[in-house]
Amino acid sequence: MLRRTLLATAAAAAMATTAFGAEHAEKTKVGFIYVGPIGDGGWTYEHNKGRLAVEEEFGDAVETVYQESVPEGADAERAITQMALSGADLIFTTSFGYMDPTIAVAEKFPDVKFEHATGYKRADNVSTYSARFYEGRAIQGHIAGKMTETNKIGYIASFPIPEVIRGINSAYLHAKKVNPDVEFSIVWAYTWFDPAKEADAARALIENGADVILQHTDSTAPQAAAQEAGGIITFGQASDMSEFAPLPRVSSIIDDWAPYYIARTRAVMDGTWESTDTWDGIGPGMVGIGEISDAVPEDVKAEALAMKDAIASGEYHPFTGPINKQDGSVWLAEGEVADDGTLLGMDFYVEGLTGEIPN
Amino acid sequence: MDLSSISPILLIASIMISATPILLAAIGEMVVERAGVLNLGVEGMMITGAVVGFAVAINTGQPALGFAAAALAAALLSLSFGFLTQVLLSNQVATGLGLTLVGLGLSSLIGKPYEGMKTPTLPKLDLGPLSDLPVLGRMLFSHDIMVYLSLVLVAAVWAFLKYTRAGLILRAVGESHDAAHALGYKVVRVRMAAIFFGGACAGLGGAYLSLVRVPQWTEGMTAGAGWIALAIVVFASWRAERVLIGAYLFGGVTVLQLNLQAAGAAVPVALLSASPYLMTILVLVAISARGTHGAPASLGQPFHAIQ
Repeated sequence: MLRRTLLATAAAAAMATTAFGAEHAEKTKVGFIYVGPIGDGGWTYEHNKGRLAVEEEFGDAVETVYQESVPEGADAERAITQMALSGADLIFTTSFGYMDPTIAVAEKFPDVKFEHATGYKRADNVSTYSARFYEGRAIQGHIAGKMTETNKIGYIASFPIPEVIRGINSAYLHAKKVNPDVEFSIVWAYTWFDPAKEADAARALIENGADVILQHTDSTAPQAAAQEAGGIITFGQASDMSEFAPLPRVSSIIDDWAPYYIARTRAVMDGTWESTDTWDGIGPGMVGIGEISDAVPEDVKAEALAMKDAIASGEYHPFTGPINKQDGSVWLAEGEVADDGTLLGMDFYVEGLTGEIPN
Repeated sequence: MDLSSISPILLIASIMISATPILLAAIGEMVVERAGVLNLGVEGMMITGAVVGFAVAINTGQPALGFAAAALAAALLSLSFGFLTQVLLSNQVATGLGLTLVGLGLSSLIGKPYEGMKTPTLPKLDLGPLSDLPVLGRMLFSHDIMVYLSLVLVAAVWAFLKYTRAGLILRAVGESHDAAHALGYKVVRVRMAAIFFGGACAGLGGAYLSLVRVPQWTEGMTAGAGWIALAIVVFASWRAERVLIGAYLFGGVTVLQLNLQAAGAAVPVALLSASPYLMTILVLVAISARGTHGAPASLGQPFHAIQ
């Protein structure tokens, strides 16, 4: 017992943020595991905004802790375990690569609730949640297809996981729809956050003729590289990145986690928390579309906003047939809409995309 | 596979830019290690240089001042490492790792107000007729001054270690501090000077990241570049000219694989990314098979003068 207490104390002390959990047992303690630094200006920045919203909503009734730049993989398990040991009641693990570590730690702490972002493995005390980023990608694809002059669109992808592949497919389908000549160059950076590498990737794409850069990595470095090169358009990823508006950033996908984080924290406080699977899009507001800048022609902007409304109301689904897979086989027949199961496990390109998905 | 969209001219130009930060950090660390000190805090000094350089460049509007401040700040930080390891004789590995942690934390603290800001960047140097050469001009002679400075630095370090008396003393201190001490050389002082130089170089490398290569400030933006610099020193078996080769190889592979992907070539990405590290291991195996490993004999050992 003594050793256990000792461990807990040590873990609390080692935490990057101050932890007074032990003395304030009545407080609900909410922990966050981040894949990058809060200052990335993208993915982690938005999760942290969600955390701050939780603090603001509940004031003294909650206490939040977080740890930044936790590597995906074995080290994540240690970080999550430490957080659980330090008395957290609810822990959000905010990257795909934390899936197995989260499940493993959850088994050891049945009384702690876990929420894993963008994964698909659940347990009695593990929920999953994600946003339908592909809805935003459809709008980006539309604007990109309309605005490209070289007909080459560069895409900085992170890891070959379904979430990223969905985004590529969605953007490509909608760019192709308005511009049949469009081509996608996809660069796999194998990182969520490495500004130098992201900037290099953007530069490589630009040097290879791309004049639109889409990114699925977390930092604003590709925006800066595009701005330096000039004549390039980009989209903010995960966060608005409005400091790069009106050019190169012409619009953005914004993740809004605050309502979800508040709702889940409340559920833990009043004991109604259950393991659930949440996947919300533009409609419920989990995915926001950043202001479309004046660099986009009026008509394109109007079309993009119309598409946003149609997606929000459920009238239009970005994956509506006819859509073939890359090998030419039929995926969705005319008018057919993709089911969530296929989307969640998406491991194929749609017809027209070149190259192979690395594995 | 269509590789025609890759322009070799732009590719080589990109490689030079991409290699410069790690080249600067690695050449500095090599001098430190030749003096017998293992400073694992390169990452921390680089990121300190990145943030200080960025902040000063923004506040003064002068990127050159940014670089100077970055070198100074990182060098001062490295002196804390020097004081702990050389005067108080703390463990070099642990202190170096601590330096990295301090640098990362300090930089995010200093950098908070500068997130999302834009900096004046270094102008491309106009080398007159050289820059106007048809192919070579764009490839080699239209970079900013830091690219050339890093190359000059490598040559200077090489000449210093090989031809000067001071270079000989530095190497003697690294090979056998006891013998150097017995001959009357000030071991600790030499090492402190080397550590200071290594810090300044790492700071320049970091500032090059935040002022030229990216160019912006983002928390944690070095993302492991300091560790690559350390690997390059080993890869180079502690020789200046090989540090140059190593840094350009690392930079080259990174840029090349991104370009190959952008051009749509079917390359095994993971293998290419790992290739510099694989090569380091191969070089190490080759060196140890040959029997001599080129590492300074007193590397990482504490020196305590006995009166």
